[in-house]
Amino acid sequence: MNFETTIGLEVHVEMKTNSKAFSPAPVQYGAAPNTNTNVVDWGYPGVLPTLNKGALEFGMRAALALNCEITKDTHFDRKNYFYPDNPKAYQITQAQEPIGHDGWVEIEVDGKKKKVGIAEMHVEEDAGKNTHSPDGYSYVDLNRQGTPLIEIVSKPDISSAEEAYAYLVRLRQIIQFTGVSDVKMEEGSMRADVNISVRPIGSDKFGTKTEMKNLNSFEHVRKGVQYEAKRQERLLLSGGVIQQETRRFDEASGQTILMRVKEGSSDYRYFPEPDIPPLHISDEWIQEVKASIPEMPDKRRKKYVEKWNIPEYDAGVLTQTKEMSDFFEETVAQGAQAKLAANWLMGEVNAYLNTNKLELLDTKLTPEHLATMIKLIEDGTISSKIAKKVFKETISNGSEPRNWVEEKGLVQLSDAKVLEPIITAVLNDNQKSIEDYQNGKGRAIGFLVGQIMKQTHGKANPKVVNKLLIKNLKER
Amino acid sequence: MDYFKYDLAGLHELLVKKELSVSELVKETIVNIKKRDNDVAAFLTLNEEEALRQAEELDRKGFDKDNPLFGIPLGIKDNIVTKNLRTTAASKILENFDPIYNATVMDKLQAAAAITIGKTNMDEFAMGGSTENSAFKVTKNAWDQTKVPGGSSGGSAAAVASGEVIAALGTDTGGSIRQPASFNGIVGVKPTYGRVSRYGIIAFASSLDQVGPLTRSVKDNALVLNAISGLDPHDSTSSKQAVPDFTAKLDGNIKNMRIAVPKEFIGKGVATEVKEAIKKAITTFEKLGAVVDEVSLPHSKYGIPVYYIIASSEASSNLQRFDGIRYGHRAQDVKNLEDVYVKSRSEGFGDEVKRRIMLGTFSLSAGTYDAFFKKAAQVRTLICRDFEHVFADYDLILGPTTPTPAFGIGEDVKDPITMYLNDILTVPVNLAGLPGMSLPAGSSNGLPIGLQLIANRFDEETMYRAGYAFEQATDFHKEVPTFGGQN
Amino acid sequence: MAINANEVEHVAKLAKLAFSKDELQKFTGQLGEIIEMVQQLSDVDTENVPVTTHISNSQGVMREDKAVPGTSRDLLMENVPQHQDGYIKVPAIIDESEEA
Repeated sequence: MNFETTIGLEVHVEMKTNSKAFSPAPVQYGAAPNTNTNVVDWGYPGVLPTLNKGALEFGMRAALALNCEITKDTHFDRKNYFYPDNPKAYQITQAQEPIGHDGWVEIEVDGKKKKVGIAEMHVEEDAGKNTHSPDGYSYVDLNRQGTPLIEIVSKPDISSAEEAYAYLVRLRQIIQFTGVSDVKMEEGSMRADVNISVRPIGSDKFGTKTEMKNLNSFEHVRKGVQYEAKRQERLLLSGGVIQQETRRFDEASGQTILMRVKEGSSDYRYFPEPDIPPLHISDEWIQEVKASIPEMPDKRRKKYVEKWNIPEYDAGVLTQTKEMSDFFEETVAQGAQAKLAANWLMGEVNAYLNTNKLELLDTKLTPEHLATMIKLIEDGTISSKIAKKVFKETISNGSEPRNWVEEKGLVQLSDAKVLEPIITAVLNDNQKSIEDYQNGKGRAIGFLVGQIMKQTHGKANPKVVNKLLIKNLKER
Repeated sequence: MDYFKYDLAGLHELLVKKELSVSELVKETIVNIKKRDNDVAAFLTLNEEEALRQAEELDRKGFDKDNPLFGIPLGIKDNIVTKNLRTTAASKILENFDPIYNATVMDKLQAAAAITIGKTNMDEFAMGGSTENSAFKVTKNAWDQTKVPGGSSGGSAAAVASGEVIAALGTDTGGSIRQPASFNGIVGVKPTYGRVSRYGIIAFASSLDQVGPLTRSVKDNALVLNAISGLDPHDSTSSKQAVPDFTAKLDGNIKNMRIAVPKEFIGKGVATEVKEAIKKAITTFEKLGAVVDEVSLPHSKYGIPVYYIIASSEASSNLQRFDGIRYGHRAQDVKNLEDVYVKSRSEGFGDEVKRRIMLGTFSLSAGTYDAFFKKAAQVRTLICRDFEHVFADYDLILGPTTPTPAFGIGEDVKDPITMYLNDILTVPVNLAGLPGMSLPAGSSNGLPIGLQLIANRFDEETMYRAGYAFEQATDFHKEVPTFGGQN
Repeated sequence: MAINANEVEHVAKLAKLAFSKDELQKFTGQLGEIIEMVQQLSDVDTENVPVTTHISNSQGVMREDKAVPGTSRDLLMENVPQHQDGYIKVPAIIDESEEA
């Protein structure tokens, strides 16, 4: 019997707003425990939530970027459950009228393109953090409590581990380009719940699904789905029955491990949040938000290839992150030739980032400086060899390339009037090389250029030197 | 201080003329409360030291004569959060709760230089109509100490009616200001939903709760509401609606005012003596030139079930935060998290609170949501529409506040349903978010009877105007209870 | 629709309340009566009637995305029954909850 796999993903993304979704406490990763909280986050008796407009707009932005319809008459709901990191014992979310619905993203696996449907996308608040200690206690930090989240619920359109992986990569890329989140997996700002079931090919009924919760690595999703689909198939083939259960992906063994069997669905007693009046979202507002969305990667890629003659592959690399893409476009806007800017970013810049384990925005390099440096190379002011020195200085110390080159006297010598006497002198001193050249030994040129470079402390423009040298040799 | 001799304006005058200092007023008030509370047991916590400190500071600063509440000691219901002053909501679960912030109404009263003299008793978490559900003490009716003061703002009502304070704040979710005002023969107002900020009010039912004043006169009531009303950025349900001076239209003139009397409000279940008092009140209004007609609010009879489902549902969610983790009672002898939750809550909440949490949790459950919560929320719409129809033609609705005068202590508490039915005339007003007032309109066997006036949304002015005209035309408000042969 | 003791127990579990046998019996009876009382709503025709869940005249109330520094942690900890090193301390969960 052959099986097909059905996968649905619920992805949570933390927004990078200044303040929390329903309280004005700061949103900040990595602060000392319980220092970015207030009485609202603590669910103090008598407190009330106030909706952050920025969070709602970010939600709309993400929804629009994921091709969702915006729900114009919307409200918030309470999801009730007790947990120490959930101070009110309810989470404010959108259960009945999510801000976005019926969207899609396009993925590509093995050269095949496919649209994955988004069932709905809503805005909600994150919980705090509960740390279990072996001393028999849990320790609660409410800094994260109230951080605005978007939850993106896919339709069950995904049918393989590779597709699930591609979907997540695509989702992260789109969200990142909207500017709504940094989507840093290592900080837990993007997390996925994976629902997976298998059924015999041709069956019109979905199989019983199992769930893996809170995965914060795409690789774990891929491996987990691979393992889980196989496990379910084997179980069915051996006459077993799939239980509705929550499983955990175990990194060490590459297996999924049973956590607990679900007894019916949980009863969260959802009802409309009475403390937040309903919202009506006008067409004007939607247009305004639409206009605020930065250009998406697909459009950028097309522009790079068609307008700037960048190879397809390079355009793909340059649009992987918004930082890189924005940096590239700004460098071009500052007057650098697109092809050269692309080469530098994908070559020297990337190598530097990899070696030093840095993000582009963590370095001192600016698009303006990179553009200046490229222009200095183009107009012959510096040699490509000197350029590497300039690059290192600029990216590590933030020096302005033109000033630094002048200050350090690294400007390339291209002036024939300056170079001619030096060449003449070198030739006069190396009669033997002249003879070699005349006897057809091409090597001699290399030696002579080397001597000239030595005399000029490496600043002579090699192209100009070559030209002048050959002319001089021919005249002798 | 004999508060029976003065209204707010009179007291203000004494303070302006320096015949009385704020410190003297506060000291005398405290002495008086300590004495009277032997009979009525209205207060849970006295703010003695801090009130005196504030009084001295106000005396030093000098008098602000444009400020009618300057230096006036007020009673505050104990579900209103007061910074650094124990706030319990009359529940064991908050027995030692020391708030670190102020409710918006408290900030406003502070800005008006009023003084919090203490926190008044109430039904636990405002659930009940007799103040017998307090975890700490049983407050007595000011007129007859064998009777309940009503509730849930029974402490505030008894404190005002017995002359312990001139005014107090209460909260009203289904009648919790108007019913005790009625039982104690004073004026109690539940403003329009959104008129007064709910920030810092320990939530019972978020879509119904409102803070309001309890006073002995209509004008005093309007003065206190002036001080606490208005938009609050901390409460998204508070209204942008401009706040008028509620005393501006107290001129006694209600000629041609159109008043509706819903036949459902004077039907079966309303005691004869109450009906009689209302009939007399109607005659008084007609003599004053108002036009009174009978109308119908056909869905008001569903008010009780709708109210109990919605209020309990919201309460079940609002009260989940009392989990023994961040504040309030945490049970001893707990082995795991589940113990912390279940034991702390089971020990901390009283029976009535538990009943409502249970009913609310049940009403919101996946299998019952549509038949209970959703159905109630739909019938609520019909109740609102009934009122809209009446207010299309009328300025005011008139009826009794409660079906009977105050009942005996211990009489109703055993049967929840009977107790719930007492709210039948007050809950529709909360469900529709309207302003409502109870004011004295007679008595029976020495127990006051309350008249209820209901206005259209944000039209408290009309309600105050009519209440004032009635008060000026009658003498009910002049009667005061006696204690040990003196008042 | 009456309610039986098992259902009451289930609701109590959701609400994190525990009742003794006697209490359970009392509550089952009382809740049953209340539920019977509220059942009269089924007489009302609510076909196409929208719900009223908000009674405020405000709509679309929002705050600008501006951060205000948090409340002092020491102050927040004042009412906490048990805390350590800036964390709120609670006995551990034995059974992992649904939510993490």
